[in-house]
Amino acid sequence: MLAYILRRLFIAIGTVWVISVVSFAIIQLPPGDYVTSYIAQLMATGTLVTQEEAENLRAQYGLNQSVYVQYAKWMWLVLQGNFGVSMEWKRPVTEVIGDRLVLTALLAFTAVIFTWILAIPIGIYSAVRQYSLGDYVVTCLGFIGLAVPNFLLALVIMYLAFAYFGASVGGLFSTEYIDAPWSWARVQDLLKHLWIPAIILSTAGTAQLIRILRANLLDELRKPYVVTARAKGLSELRAILKYPVRVALNPFISTIGYTLPFLVSGSIIVSIVLSLPTVGPLLLKALLAQDMFLAGTIVLLLGVMTVIGTLISDILLVWIDPRIRLEE
Amino acid sequence: MAEGAVLHGVETPEQPETTTAAGERIYVASQWQLMWWRFRKHHLAMAAGIIVVAFYFVALFADFLATTDPELSDAKRSLMPPQAIHWFDGWSFAPHVYGVKGARDPKTFKRVYQVDPTQKIPVHFFARGFPYKLLGVIPMDWHILGVGAGHDVSQTLFILGTDVQGRDLWSRLLYATRISVSIGLVGVALSLFLGVLLGGLSGLYSGWVDTLIQRIIEIFRSIPTIPLWMGLAAALPRDWSILQVYFAITLIISLLGWTELARVVRGRFLALREEDFVVAARLAGCGQMRIIFVHMVPSFMSHIIAATTLALPAMIISETSLSFLGLGLRPPAVSWGVLLQQAQNVQTVALSPWLMIPAIPVIIAVLAFNFLGDGLRDAADPYGH
Repeated sequence: MLAYILRRLFIAIGTVWVISVVSFAIIQLPPGDYVTSYIAQLMATGTLVTQEEAENLRAQYGLNQSVYVQYAKWMWLVLQGNFGVSMEWKRPVTEVIGDRLVLTALLAFTAVIFTWILAIPIGIYSAVRQYSLGDYVVTCLGFIGLAVPNFLLALVIMYLAFAYFGASVGGLFSTEYIDAPWSWARVQDLLKHLWIPAIILSTAGTAQLIRILRANLLDELRKPYVVTARAKGLSELRAILKYPVRVALNPFISTIGYTLPFLVSGSIIVSIVLSLPTVGPLLLKALLAQDMFLAGTIVLLLGVMTVIGTLISDILLVWIDPRIRLEE
Repeated sequence: MAEGAVLHGVETPEQPETTTAAGERIYVASQWQLMWWRFRKHHLAMAAGIIVVAFYFVALFADFLATTDPELSDAKRSLMPPQAIHWFDGWSFAPHVYGVKGARDPKTFKRVYQVDPTQKIPVHFFARGFPYKLLGVIPMDWHILGVGAGHDVSQTLFILGTDVQGRDLWSRLLYATRISVSIGLVGVALSLFLGVLLGGLSGLYSGWVDTLIQRIIEIFRSIPTIPLWMGLAAALPRDWSILQVYFAITLIISLLGWTELARVVRGRFLALREEDFVVAARLAGCGQMRIIFVHMVPSFMSHIIAATTLALPAMIISETSLSFLGLGLRPPAVSWGVLLQQAQNVQTVALSPWLMIPAIPVIIAVLAFNFLGDGLRDAADPYGH
């Protein structure tokens, strides 16, 4: 078990490293560097910058050194919690991101919960009543849920809400709470808005998990021990829930590691379409404005957040599934 | 699983036990023949296959099927609703559309359109329109449908309406199909290369190479892809040509999409390595390369084809998402995502719902590729159950 957790930890560290390299590449890739854009900004306001001053600035930021040194310096700053300054907002990146990152995490977490709440009962129903009308409807909806990209679903729901109810489903807060400080009323308001994007976000994952659960449970239900349980007079509910469902749920838990990155990815686009105050719209704006420190930091933090979530789910998995504990 | 393998459990159109002639047919049938028989029984996959072929047909002949020049913009035709084709005039077959008069609403300054049923514009088959090159070589100006071009500007045929710049949505959709379905193919080809190379290495050499590649795959799979794609796509130089952006976007998408293919290839390698015919080939003194390419590849080719088909929808959705956000292909290139960009604003969509139409081919294509892939995967191993 220790070996398993250590291996997971090793993978998590490797993943964070890969993500940090890519984030750094995103900051570095656009032509010119931070100073070029800074000077362009100064020029636009009428301040003249000499060549010498520009070189001094570069030396100060370490931009005249090799890429590796710059990466090391950036990582060193990041590890100290200093993510640089957002050029567009003229504020430290941490301040700009703050709340939004928390809301992103909350949205992804709610979506995972919804995925489970929806997928488990529907999957069980679909397997137990195989080939019933309900099963066909669920299977059909499941395929559509898989095929429709999240952001299209968000668009359609927004359109329907706007065209038929005159309501706007965008945002996570009512207008009076957008800039209000955190309070119990604000949390309640958030919960009132959170469920629509969470459901939109969870459709694809739910559809996939229903399919997995249905297939697994169908395999289990045909096994002799279920017949034995029934023959011994166990109630139908108990005969199904006590063992077959528990066995069928196993791969369910093990897929959460791949569900989380998927949900975080999806939340970005859905947030942009529904203009939610998460990091999604911020990332898009930062990328379009070439505000690279902000963009790179968002990519890095999203990645790290996902890796931590996956790590937690992996450790939970060892705790739930004894086979993994015994394997190593 | 070469020619000599046992054929128990093969489901074929005929019953092998009862009719000996048919049984004979199964025993001499090639692997691909058996797969085709099995695939043919999968009706949903067959239908999906036909739809997929139709998509590529549209991609090839987009310019012939287009009715109006997709780049021709006209402010006077901005956001015009779809024109319905009336096939019969009274009892005679005379396809036509009604003329549409546009005017500016004096209060809202929006263009409003009035259908004029008295003005009938005849629609011709194989009409002459804007010039193009069929399949990129044969210069032509024939189109499947059209109104007499060039004579009268008021004579228009907008089957799916127009966009903000007054360009024909139907024709743009056809051109977008060309880009969207081909970007999937190119992307999948690149990830296939990476997947087969790394998955093959991983399955072939166990030990540290396998462990290393498996860890790399796990790392790639735990990265949230969309933020990374967005970052990389935004970092592309703004002055790149359409073609450069096209290939860069494909590369970005496929760089993160090869892991599933690698997993399938590795699994097949591991399964086949211990098969009798591979061991026999090794004992007979075949070289490593010959074992791989002559003995192993043909027997897992079908699995790779199925996995590739299943990887395509993800590619299409990725490109659509990126372009939708304005980070993928940029106008004047048209893809489904680029077209859907115009539907980003709810107010616009509420007034002109036809701008949402490009969502339909995305959904149909994704479903069709999924069903086709499922069917292919089931048929891929005709000797198993």
